[in-house]
Amino acid sequence: MNNHELSASEKGLKIFFYTVLSIVSIVCALPFILIISGSLSDSVQILQKGYSILPRGFSLDGYRSIFLFPMQIAKAYGVSIFVTGAGTGIGLTVMTFCGYAISRSELRYRNVIAFMIYFTTLFSGGLVPWYIVVTKLGLKNSIWALIIPAICSSFYILLIRNFMKTIPDALVESARLEGAGEFRTLLQIVVPMSKPILATIALFLALAYWNDWYLASLYISKADLWPLQYRLYNILNAASKIASVGAENFTSKILPTETQKLANAIVATGPIIFLYPFLQKYFVQGISIGAVKG
Amino acid sequence: MRKDGEMKMIAQNQLIKQKKGGVFNELFRHRTLYLMTLPALCFFLIFSYIPMMGVYYAFVDYDFGKGILHSPFVGLKNFQYFISGGWDAPIVYLTKNTILYNLVFIILGNVMQCMFAIMITTVVGRLFKRVTQSVMLLPHFVSYVIVGTIAYNIFNSNYGVLNSLLKALGGSGISVYMIEWIWPFIITFFFLWKGTGFGMVVYLAAITGFDREVYEAAKIDGCNLFKEIRYITLPMLKPTFIMLVLFSLGGIMRGQFELFYNLIQRNGQLFYVTDVLDTYIYRAMTVNFNLGTSTAAGVYQSVFGFILVVTVNRIIRKTSPENALF
Repeated sequence: MNNHELSASEKGLKIFFYTVLSIVSIVCALPFILIISGSLSDSVQILQKGYSILPRGFSLDGYRSIFLFPMQIAKAYGVSIFVTGAGTGIGLTVMTFCGYAISRSELRYRNVIAFMIYFTTLFSGGLVPWYIVVTKLGLKNSIWALIIPAICSSFYILLIRNFMKTIPDALVESARLEGAGEFRTLLQIVVPMSKPILATIALFLALAYWNDWYLASLYISKADLWPLQYRLYNILNAASKIASVGAENFTSKILPTETQKLANAIVATGPIIFLYPFLQKYFVQGISIGAVKG
Repeated sequence: MRKDGEMKMIAQNQLIKQKKGGVFNELFRHRTLYLMTLPALCFFLIFSYIPMMGVYYAFVDYDFGKGILHSPFVGLKNFQYFISGGWDAPIVYLTKNTILYNLVFIILGNVMQCMFAIMITTVVGRLFKRVTQSVMLLPHFVSYVIVGTIAYNIFNSNYGVLNSLLKALGGSGISVYMIEWIWPFIITFFFLWKGTGFGMVVYLAAITGFDREVYEAAKIDGCNLFKEIRYITLPMLKPTFIMLVLFSLGGIMRGQFELFYNLIQRNGQLFYVTDVLDTYIYRAMTVNFNLGTSTAAGVYQSVFGFILVVTVNRIIRKTSPENALF
């Protein structure tokens, strides 16, 4: 493409594309910059003049206040890490087993099972019956309420099945001729060959668990079991309640100040930002695979 | 490599085996494989199929203590609040909001994703491509709680960025959270902000998969960049576009709960233009503790949504069978 002479109008179009993409990139990044500078601002100046794109004054008070009670944030981190780890691990295992089984053509009822799984995306009982089932299982205020209700996704199971279907039958059969059982065939032959799709789904799951606040809002009332995002949600909510009463009257230490809110937002997103360059690469690869084979 | 004959024999043997024996025989022969599906099937039984039977809750005056069977049957009483009020009834504006928002999200979302994917593939410069793509994907990785924080940070009337900017320019502040008409735009903006970079990847993958020779040939024939996009890239992207749009149409009665809930929260003044079925149902249950209305609205959402999916699918089957969902 590069050795081709561009006409003036083509050059114009390219310049236009560069400009649009640059503007869009700035729009995408700007909110993050706002939060970061807000969290580093001086809260007194924020109350007087409001937020701006560059920090107003400079103070680490927002962050300092979080680590005044390190146990709170440590607990929330613990919950989030456990939920993300256990949820991703168990979910991936359960879905890989199921996806593998229904990818095998010798299974006579594979399509019946696949349809039973697919049907759940077409019709659902709604929020209340689902809530009652989870409650009746005794999951209320248990850490498993943050994990189990989201452990399987029909979409991912079908994605795994579609990918595994493309693995040549001969490979699976040769393993079986050598006396390998289903579990060994799956673990030693099929799983290594399905690494790209499994890695992608693990990433999707981990991200969903890490960012989840919804399950906690339904099932967890004990603050000890709040994951990071729900803790953040409550901090923000407390803050907006104060704002409606009149923020000027509340500069006390108990209620979160504006900068503390934003510092909390940064701390809750933390690991994702650090892992982003690494995650993003696999993410893009994974979606591409899903798009081609899915 | 095994011989053809051997393969055929194995295949035939399997066919004979399959014809023999009933359900139990099949289940027993492949017991390990069926066992592997069991955890997932249990999950869907408990968290999807049992709640489906819970549709019945919508027709009783549910009592947590007595259980479903001993709660009195009340017919359509639970639907009363949801459907009364003429043209201002919750059912009317909720259906309207849900469908309109989702339609805009689906169409505008896919158009944007296509557009930016084409732009990124057209520009040269690896670093520029990589940086723009990374930055556009970044919003996908943060939670909706953060999205709510961002919106609040920009728009709140006490010290939001928007108001401090307006004041710095000598204007007076505005209370964005009091202005109804502006919210559909803000919500759509944040939807696009969060999802475009992610959705774009699919289109990028599609474009990368296109045959380069077509482009080379077109170039030799004197095709310029405009024509290349108009007559090669866009037509070749059309099937992907149609497939993705149709795929999303099925879920038009559901979705984006977290976006709406975190942007609007419990700001009742805005509900008429920003409430969708998902948020209404959630609030009815968790904030107002009105299980009856919540279940009734949920049943309406499920049944109407199901009818929509089946209808859409039937239309697709007639017009472009290869895209049918089931």
